[in-house]
Amino acid sequence: MKTSTATEERDGLPAFPMPRQGPFQPPHAYAELRAEQPVARVRLWDGRAAWLVTRHAEIRQLLSDPRVSARRQHPGFPFATPARAAAERHEEAFISKDPPEHGRLRKMLTRYFAVRRIERLRPVVQDIVDGLIDDIEESGPPADLVRQLALELPARTICHIFGLPPEERHYFQSRDHRRNALDSDPADVVAATEEMLHYVDALVASKQRSPGDDLISELVRDQLDTGAAERGELVAILRHLLAAGHDTTANMIALGVVVLLSHPDQLAQATTDPELWPGAVEELLRYISVFQISPNRVATEDIEIAGVTIRTGDGIITPAVAANRDPHAFPDPDTFDIHRQARHHLAFAYGVHQCLGQPLARLELQVVFRTLFERLPTLELTTPAERLAVREYLLLSIEELPVTWTVPGVSR
Amino acid sequence: MHIVVDTDRCVGGGQCVMAAPEIFDQNDDDGTVVLLRADPPPDASAAVREAARLCPALAITLVEEEQ
Ligand code: HEM
Ligand code: HEM
Ligand code: SF4
Repeated sequence: MKTSTATEERDGLPAFPMPRQGPFQPPHAYAELRAEQPVARVRLWDGRAAWLVTRHAEIRQLLSDPRVSARRQHPGFPFATPARAAAERHEEAFISKDPPEHGRLRKMLTRYFAVRRIERLRPVVQDIVDGLIDDIEESGPPADLVRQLALELPARTICHIFGLPPEERHYFQSRDHRRNALDSDPADVVAATEEMLHYVDALVASKQRSPGDDLISELVRDQLDTGAAERGELVAILRHLLAAGHDTTANMIALGVVVLLSHPDQLAQATTDPELWPGAVEELLRYISVFQISPNRVATEDIEIAGVTIRTGDGIITPAVAANRDPHAFPDPDTFDIHRQARHHLAFAYGVHQCLGQPLARLELQVVFRTLFERLPTLELTTPAERLAVREYLLLSIEELPVTWTVPGVSR
Repeated sequence: MHIVVDTDRCVGGGQCVMAAPEIFDQNDDDGTVVLLRADPPPDASAAVREAARLCPALAITLVEEEQ
């Protein structure tokens, strides 16, 4: 994140967030703490202390512990920056609820994301990817794969599921970016959130007037019209859903391309034997871990763990990347290896909030990598991987990914 | 091996279906787990153990038979 790589101190504790060493090198401090103090005190921007957890086993344990709450409204809930506090404090979607309320709301959506149901979307996702790569081939080389592929695929997929014309994608794309930048002005974050909520509210109204064959129309019919859910609940959930699959998947696509191009032998194996792609995608999810400073939680009772006592009301920070680079869970964790068993990674978190959209994310990633490297086998970066600018962002994120390739019969 | 699932705890992410598709499915109503075979054949037990280990909601319990 910052260019300086040393961990700063703030009032006698390490300051959080901690600087990354590079796009694929999480903070050194995570590794040091994991060895010495896997559940350690850190200091946040607002002067509060919180617990940073850096081991796979303890992260799994805490994220599935009923004494741990995901409610962003809880006064002890930790936020990484003022912008994150503004973005999350008033979140009303089920990401910010505890059981049993969480389950009631999540189960309104689970059937749409069931593994076999998402699998039926494969031809749709393939069509979208084919179209995007047609456009890239037509306009290039060169190309910017962040703008032309990574942001486009999740946006167009979610537009399809929601029954929105693809032009609408910019509306939520831009607001999502304002919410996710760690250094956004908090007032602007609040404004972006309100705009998204108004937008979704209008969307619900329009689907009420003229229902179609899409997720929002079905939810209006099955949940709103039956009184099973209130309008505000549904709007909050749909707003979250529009955003949740967006920047996450986009950054996985862009960074995944970088990692694969940096490991040409493994990439060649996957292109020769496409059966390797699902395993390669799991390893990419583990190795990249776009959740670099979250999930976060708060304790609702005292919890004894790893030799310390987390007190009621204490904030808890369980970065996915810390779990996924734990040598206990993944031998030689800093090596990218598509042949390893990586399925127990925590890139989608753990516990009741484990990502609802994971079957869709996996589908998009499998299709996009396979198709991109089949169609553009000579793809290469024009900026060296280590010089790509990593943003101050909730997620591990790059702003652009300039690439080029050879067009058969045309010399460069 | 005998499998017991708790659909109240289940959060429908489908880890079990991905790990052992012949044993687990999800229902069309609320996406929660459906057991296709409560007593899986021995050659499925590794996949079933993986499913139980991956389940984020601790909704899958395995009862191992006495040897
Ligand atoms: C590679 C891409 C993705 C990654 C890495 C990812 C990661 C995550 C993580 C770590 C969480 C848990 C957050 C927490 O516990 O505080 C989560 C929750 C969630 N994700 Fe994803 N996600 C991805 C894609 C998607 C997609 C495509 C969708 C849907 C379109 C989606 C929808 C959700 C929802 C609704 C939740 C809230 C679940 C709950 O609270 O019960 N995600 N995701
Ligand atoms: C396919 C490439 C793109 C095209 C053709 C495009 C086109 C447009 C157009 C016509 C607008 C003005 C209308 C509106 O406000 O919705 C706009 C606004 C905007 N777009 Fe895009 N865009 C593209 C990609 C992106 C990407 C990749 C991002 C994010 C990194 C982005 C972020 C924005 C932002 C921040 C605004 C300002 C408006 C606002 O705050 O709502 N756009 N874009
Ligand atoms: S893995 Fe667990 S929570 Fe997920 S669908 Fe299967 S039983 Fe339900």
